[in-house]
Order: sequence, then C-alpha cells, then structure tokens
Amino acid sequence: MQQSKNDMWVGLFVLLGAAALVFLALQSANLLSLSFQPTYAVTARFDNIGGLKPKSAVRSAGVVVGRVQSITFDDQTFQASVHMELEKQYRFPKDSSLKILTTGLLGDQYIGIEAGADEALLAPGDRIVATQSAVVLENLIGQFLYNKAEEGGTSTPAPEKQ
Amino acid sequence: MNRLHPACIGRGLREYGTAVGYATRLLLRLVCLLGATLRRPRLMGDQIHFLGNYSLAIIGVSGLFVGLVLGLQGYYTLQRYGASEALGLLVALSLVRELGPVVTALLFAGRAGTALTAEIGLMKAGEQLSAMEMMAVDPVRRILAPRFWAGVIALPLLAAMFSAVGVIGGWVVGVLLIGVDGGAFWGQMQQGVDWWADVGNGVLKSVVFGVAVTFIALLQGYLAKPTPEGVSRATTRTVVMASLAILGLDFLLTATMFSI
Repeated sequence: MQQSKNDMWVGLFVLLGAAALVFLALQSANLLSLSFQPTYAVTARFDNIGGLKPKSAVRSAGVVVGRVQSITFDDQTFQASVHMELEKQYRFPKDSSLKILTTGLLGDQYIGIEAGADEALLAPGDRIVATQSAVVLENLIGQFLYNKAEEGGTSTPAPEKQ
Repeated sequence: MNRLHPACIGRGLREYGTAVGYATRLLLRLVCLLGATLRRPRLMGDQIHFLGNYSLAIIGVSGLFVGLVLGLQGYYTLQRYGASEALGLLVALSLVRELGPVVTALLFAGRAGTALTAEIGLMKAGEQLSAMEMMAVDPVRRILAPRFWAGVIALPLLAAMFSAVGVIGGWVVGVLLIGVDGGAFWGQMQQGVDWWADVGNGVLKSVVFGVAVTFIALLQGYLAKPTPEGVSRATTRTVVMASLAILGLDFLLTATMFSI
C-alpha cells in the first residue's frame, strides 16, 4: 500500500480520538476526579464517623460543596479528626454545624453542613465545633429493644392481681 | 544531533504520527474489503481453517485447565462465607465476562498471530508481494483481507469454546471432585448470567480483540524488513504489541461496559 502525504494528520487524529476514548472510559467508571475549583481546608472532630471515607462528599442543601480529604484518629481526645476541602466559592458562617448522613437508606455516607447564624465566616484551617456523629445501626436496635422492654415491664402487673 | 533536540523530537513525533496514520488507513482498507472478501469465501475459509482449527487444541486444553483452577480457587474462597453453592455462577461469570475473551486473545496472539506475521513477512522477503503488484493483483485484497476477516470471525468462536470448556472444567472439579451440589451449580449459573449484559459483552470484547490482534499481526508482517532477522523481530513485536493492546483494550472496554 502506498504512503500518503496525509498519513501524519490521520495519525494525529487517531491518537487524539484514542485519548478521548480513554478519558471517557475513566470518567464513566468514576475513576477520574478532575475538579479545577480552588478549595480551602477545614477540620472537624466526630465521636463516630460510621462509614465515611476519604473522597466522600460534603453537601449543603444536597449540593456537593467539598470533599473529605483525610480521616485520622486523635489519641488525645479519642475522637476521629476529619479534614475537608471546601470549594472557595462557598463560604459558611463560623458556627455552621456538621452531621454525618446517608444517601438513601443504605447508601454512601456524606457530611451535611448546615449554615449557622454567625456574621464571621469560616477561615482556611478553622475547626468546626458543632458536629453530630453517624447513626450506628446496632445502637439504634439496642435502644429500640430497651424501650420495648421498658414498655413491656410497666404493662404486665395487671393480669397477676387475683 | 542530541536525541532531545527540538528538531529530533519534532521528527520523531511526525514519524510516529505518520506510522499511526498509515496503520489506520490500512485498517480502514481491510474493513472496507469485507464485501470483496465475502465474494471469495474459499480464501477466507482456508484462513479460518488455518487460524481457527489449528488453535483448537491449545484453546481447548487451556480452557479446561483454567476452568479446573477456577473451580478450586473459587471453592476455597466461597466456602469461607458459606456460599459454595454459588461456585457455578462464579466460574461462569469469570470466564464469560473476562477470562474467556482475554486469555483466548493472548493465546491466539501467540499462536495464530505469530504464524500470520511470519507468513506475510516471508512473503515480503521472498518478493511475492511485489510480484503480485506487478501482475496488478492487489496484495491487500488477495492476501491480507481474507486473513483479517478470518481472524475477526475465528477469535469470538474460540473465546466461546474456551468459556464453555472452562465451565465444564469448573463442573468437574466442583461437583464431581469436591461435592458441591450439581443442581445448585447449574441453577445459580442460569439465574445469574445475563444473556446480553454478560455473554453479549464478552462476545463484543472478543470481536474487538480479534480486530486488534489480527490487524497487529498483519501490519507487522507487512512492514517487516525483508530479512530473516527482520521477520523474527516482527514476530516478537506482534506478540508484545498484541498482548499490550489486548490488556489495554480490556481495561477500557471493562470500564465502559461494566462500569459501576
């Protein structure tokens, strides 16, 4: 087969197409997280982080406003210390509160941030104080059974009276 | 000139682009020659015999052994979670979705790919291709296209045979030797394997691999230096490039087709 003068351009075109395919494949499998938003770092301490993982979302009103960067254990306070990166375009008041919530019933866990009423805004490196830990299913079940047992105890004495 | 001199880098990039462009044009020509190839079925039939039938032995035996190993390893892990009844499902899904197309393509590249490259390379070295051009017979049409389409047809069939023999191998180990319940073996497999999502995607993968492996083999043979060591180097390059292409394409296809 003869060489053609257009071979090089065809070649570059094909390489470009291949790069686009690789990009699409990685995007569709959620393996690539390219976000170009500038961010600022914020930390918080939780008693129990449940199933929270690095790269979990930080949402406010359901919209993703940041990501969890890393989770470490603080052996001075025996709490989990979570480092988050929030997008610079979203500023929150200093007294905002954090809760660990679940998407759907058994889905992934994320941090929900609710804005407070303070006029001063969170600065990079600040620590958020108002936090609520994740709901642990075993504790819930234990609580439920305990309540049921209490109820059962106050209603049985009646049939024993002769 | 120093290798990193901008002019050398530019020339290297231009040469690489030209090589990719030439290969793309050859691939497009081969694809467009489907009609001409189907009009001479005897040529293609001979090639399917050469590429497919002669690969049956290695594909069959490899499939059997892969199935046997899958049965053993699968049982070892599943019985820790009390899920040993799902052995049939595990073996079938692993083979149909992944191992069948990929391992078959790797073996095909080693066996049939090298045979193709050596044959075309030797034809080039013996000036047979030039002689054909002198006679106004297009070698791409007469020699390359039948082999290309034969490979594209043969590989999915071989992959299906590999998966089938592998499932039987898994059955032999699981049900006959270890004692997993035979009914559960086949029942769970039939419930869990989806025709279009699993088998269909596996076939699609093997078609893509067939195109890639056969084309790389033919291209390396066609571009080989017409000397004995040129042919040997081309044969080695076929195996290396085809293997890398198979594994790379496997990742791309799996990410796209079976993405979470």
